[in-house]
Amino acid sequence: MTTMRVVKDLMLGLGARGGTLVVKNGHVIDPASAVDAAHDVLIVDGVVRDIGPRLAAPEQATVVDATGKIVCPGFIDIHVHLREPGFEYKETIATGTRAAAAGGFTAVCCMANTHPVNDNRSITDYILARAKTEGVVRVYPIGAVTRNLKGEELSELAELAEAGCVGYSDDGKPVMNAGLYRRAMEYTLPFGAPIISHAEDAHLSTGGAMNEGVVSTELGIAGAPAAAEDIMVARDIVLAELTGAHVHLAHLSTAGSVRLVRDAKARGLRVTAEAAPHHLLLTEDAVRTWDPNAKMNPPLRTKRDTEALLEGLADGTIDCVATDHAPHALSEKEGEFDRAAFGIVGLETAVAVLLDRLVRPGRLPLKTLVARLTADPARLLNLPLGSLVPGRPGDVTILDLHRELTIDPARFHSRSRNTPFGGWTVTGGPWMTIVNGHVISSEGGFAPLRTKGATPPSELPRPNLPPGQGSAGKAGARTESM
Amino acid sequence: MNRPAPRRREKAQVLDEAALDRALTRIAHEILEKNSGASNLAFVGIRTRGVTLAHRLAAKIEKIDGTSLPVGALDITLYRDDLDMRGAPVVRGTDIPFSIKDKTVVLVDDVLYTGRTIRAALDALIDLGRPRMIQLAIFIDRGHRELPIRPDYVGKNLPTSRREVVAVRMKEHDGEDRVVIEEPEDA
Amino acid sequence: MAWTRKDLLAMRDLEPGEILTLVDTAASLEEIASRDIKKVPALRGKTIVNLFYEPSTRTRTSFEIAGKWLSADVINFTASASSTTKGETFVDTAKNIEAMSPDVVVVRHSASGAAELLARELDCSIVNAGDGAHEHPTQALLDLLTIREKKRHFEGLQVAIVGDITHSRVARSNIHAMRKLGVTVTVAGPPTLIPPFIGELGVKVAYRLEEAIRDVDVIMMLRLQHERMAAGLIPSVREYSRYWGLSLDKLQKHARPDVLIMHPGPVNRGVELSPEVADSHYSVILDQVSKGVAVRMAVLFLLAGSRSSEGQVRA
Repeated sequence: MTTMRVVKDLMLGLGARGGTLVVKNGHVIDPASAVDAAHDVLIVDGVVRDIGPRLAAPEQATVVDATGKIVCPGFIDIHVHLREPGFEYKETIATGTRAAAAGGFTAVCCMANTHPVNDNRSITDYILARAKTEGVVRVYPIGAVTRNLKGEELSELAELAEAGCVGYSDDGKPVMNAGLYRRAMEYTLPFGAPIISHAEDAHLSTGGAMNEGVVSTELGIAGAPAAAEDIMVARDIVLAELTGAHVHLAHLSTAGSVRLVRDAKARGLRVTAEAAPHHLLLTEDAVRTWDPNAKMNPPLRTKRDTEALLEGLADGTIDCVATDHAPHALSEKEGEFDRAAFGIVGLETAVAVLLDRLVRPGRLPLKTLVARLTADPARLLNLPLGSLVPGRPGDVTILDLHRELTIDPARFHSRSRNTPFGGWTVTGGPWMTIVNGHVISSEGGFAPLRTKGATPPSELPRPNLPPGQGSAGKAGARTESM
Repeated sequence: MNRPAPRRREKAQVLDEAALDRALTRIAHEILEKNSGASNLAFVGIRTRGVTLAHRLAAKIEKIDGTSLPVGALDITLYRDDLDMRGAPVVRGTDIPFSIKDKTVVLVDDVLYTGRTIRAALDALIDLGRPRMIQLAIFIDRGHRELPIRPDYVGKNLPTSRREVVAVRMKEHDGEDRVVIEEPEDA
Repeated sequence: MAWTRKDLLAMRDLEPGEILTLVDTAASLEEIASRDIKKVPALRGKTIVNLFYEPSTRTRTSFEIAGKWLSADVINFTASASSTTKGETFVDTAKNIEAMSPDVVVVRHSASGAAELLARELDCSIVNAGDGAHEHPTQALLDLLTIREKKRHFEGLQVAIVGDITHSRVARSNIHAMRKLGVTVTVAGPPTLIPPFIGELGVKVAYRLEEAIRDVDVIMMLRLQHERMAAGLIPSVREYSRYWGLSLDKLQKHARPDVLIMHPGPVNRGVELSPEVADSHYSVILDQVSKGVAVRMAVLFLLAGSRSSEGQVRA
C-alpha cells in the first residue's frame, strides 16, 4: 500500500528552500545531457547541485534509495486541462497537479478553455496564484489565441506572454479563419511562445463523435474523417511557412498528419508536434463497447494511424508525448455516446501505459520515451526544465519498470475518473515524483485532499514517520522530521 | 433459467407396438360409443405427441365408421402457468383449421400427469370459440394430479413415482411405437 | 434454437439460429390476430414499459398491441426532449423506471447505443426499438417474416436497400440479419447517403437505381428525411425523387415481375415511392405492418416468458 508522505513546503513558485535530497543507487537517464548510467543526484535548495557515481550524502539530507529504479528529469506534460477557474467540479489546480505528481509529472501546461477563458492577464494571474498556493507541481498556463476562443479577435497576446503564458492555443476549438490565425502567428513571433494548433476542420468534422470508418458505419455514429485533421495540419504548416512562426500541432491522431509534419520538418519549417497515449495505444475498435471513455477529440483512429504515430514518435517527427488530460464529471461521461463530452483524463495513466505497451515489448526505446517526456517538451516551450545537469531545478521522476499494478480509476487523485484504461494491468510506472527537491508523491501515494478544491498546503497532513516504518522504509526514503 | 435435461435410462417397457395399437383402437370405439357415432366430433391434439395421437384416432374412426373427422393442433405454450421454470419456451403455433363452435371436441394428449397442461389447453381451446362439449382422451394416465381433472378415455393407467418419466414413443417422431418408463441415471 | 438472451439489442449480435427462432415464433403467433378473442395469457402479470424518446406512434403502438395481446400490462413512457432538459439524464430516467420493477423495457432513442447502455445499467430485459442510426432489430425481423412468407426461404435471395443508408438503422439491422441468412444485399443511393466502408459489412453498393433493382427479389425503399437536404447531402428533394424515387415505369422496366416492394414506413409518397407503386400488387408494405405485431409478440414472449421471477417458483 501507499504511504502518505509529503512534503513540508509546496510553495514551489516561491522558490521554497527545501534542504538537501539525494537520490542514490538509481540508473539515471537524462537525454538532454546524454547520461545513461548508474548515478546519484544531489539536490540542494531545490536545484540540482551534482550528478555522478556514488555521491556522498550530506548530513541531514533526505536520502532516496532508488536501487533498481530509473531516475529521470521530471516529466513534463504540455497539454493538460486543469479546468480551474470555472469547471472546478471536473478538476482543480489542487487535484489536477496531484494527479500529475501521482502520474510522474513535475510540470504541466494548462489549456485556456477555462471559464472565463484564459484570454487575458487577470485569468493567467489567477491560475498562477492558485498554482502557487495549491499546486504541487509546476503549472505553466497557455493563453487563448482568440478572445473567448471564438476565433474572431485576437486575445491580448503580448500581455499574456508577459503574465507567464508559455504558448497560445484555442485548444478544443480550431481557429477556422486562416487570415486571423496568420496574424496571431505573426504577432507572437517576438514572444518565443508557439501557437499550439488543435487541427480540425470544423466543417469536415461536423457532428462527428468518433473516427469516420468501419466502426462508425457499423455503429451508426456520425464520424469525423481523418481528413478533417490532415487538412488543418496542412494549412497550419503552410501558415508556419508563410509567417516563420513556430507552430506546434497538438494531439496528432492520423497517419496523414504525421506524414505532413515529417515533410515540413524535412523542409526546415518550425513545426513541432505531440501525440497522446490514447492515440498511440487505442483504435476506433474501443468504441464498439459504446463506452463514452472511448470518446475524445481528435477521435481514436485505426491501427494504421497508431503505427504511424509510433513511428513518428520514435523518429522524432513527433516531438513529445502529451496527455490531453481532459477531466469530465461522471454525469458527462456515462450516458449516450453521441451526447457524452469529448476527452479523457491521462495524467495518472500515461507513463504506466506507455511503459507497459510501448517500452516493455520493445516497440519504443526507454531513452526515447524519456526524451519525449523531458528534454523535448521543455525545448518546445522554452521551459527551463527537462534535464538533471547541475543548476537545473530539482525535479525528478523515478520509474519502477517492474512494478505491476492494475489501473483503478477509483483511486485517481484527479477529481474525474474518465479513462479508457481502467482495469488494465500494467508493468512499470512512476515510482516517485520529486519537485524542487521535495518528494511529492511515491508509488502513486499522496496526501489526501480533505475538502473539495482548496486545501492550503499548510494544512496538508505532515509526515512524521520514523525511518523504517511501513512501506516508507521499504521504499527507502527518509523524510526530514520537522 | 435453462436447466440441462438430466440423462435418463429406460426402466421398464409398458406397452409394445401391438399393445399401443390395441389401446388406440379401444379408445376409438369408446369415443364412438359415448357420442353415439361420429357426427359433430372433432379432434384437437396437444402439441406434439397429442397431435399425432389425434391423427391416429381419427384414422381409426374413419376405418370403423367411415367418417373423416377434422384434426387440429393446439399449442399451449402461451397458456402455461410454469413458463418461468421451463427455460427457453418454444412456440410452435396453434393450427385448428375449422371452427370448434358447437362441436364436441375430443382433446388428445399422450400423458396425463399433474393436469396443468390440460388446464392450459382448456383455456386455450375456449379462447378460440365455444365448443358444445370438450372430452379428454389420454394415452397414459400416470397419476399425481394437482388439479381436478379427469380423462374421459384412457389408454392405460400407470402408477408411477414422481421421479420417473413416462415416454410415449411414436413412429412419426421416435421411429418406434412403444411406451416406456424412464428414470434419472444418477439414481 | 433455444432463446437464452436477456435482451434484444442488435441483429449483429445474433446467431442465424436465433434469428430463425424469432421468425418462427412470430410466424406461430400470427394466427392470434385472426381470433375473435385476441388475447393469450402468456405474459399475465408481466409489466412492459415502452420508453420512447423519439416520437414513433407506429412502433410504439405495435409494441403496445403485442404486449396487450399477450396479457402483459403495458405502460407508455414518452419522454419528450423537454423532460431531459429538466436535468434528468437518460440513465436517471431509466433507473427510475426500473425501480417500478418492469420485466421488459422497450426503448426508442435517437442516440446510437442507447439500448446497449440501458442493458448495461438495468437488470430487466431490454428491447431495442430503434437507436439512432444503429439498429432496429424488430423492423428487420418483421421484414424477414414478410419476405419468408412470400419467398419461402432466405438463402440465395437478392435484396436491394435503396435510399439514405447512412442514417438508417433499418438498413443496418437488415444488412446484418440478411447476411447471416445467406441473402445477397445491395445498398443503393446517392454517394452522400452511403456511409464509408459499407462494403465491410458484406454488401454491394450501387449508385444507380436501375442497376440496383435489376434481378433482385426484394426492393426495400427507405424514407428520405427532409433534413438531409438542409445538411447539404442532396441538392433537392425533387432531384432525389427524380433519380432515386421508384416509379411504376422504372419498376416494370428494370425489376423482376415477382419483385416485392417493402418500406419501413411512413412512406413519403411521391418522394421515394410513387403512389401507384406503394399501392401496387408488388407492395407488401401493409403485410409488414401486420407482421410487426407478431414479431413484437414473439420478442416480448421470448424475453419475458422464460425469465424467472420471484413468487412463481413451483416444486
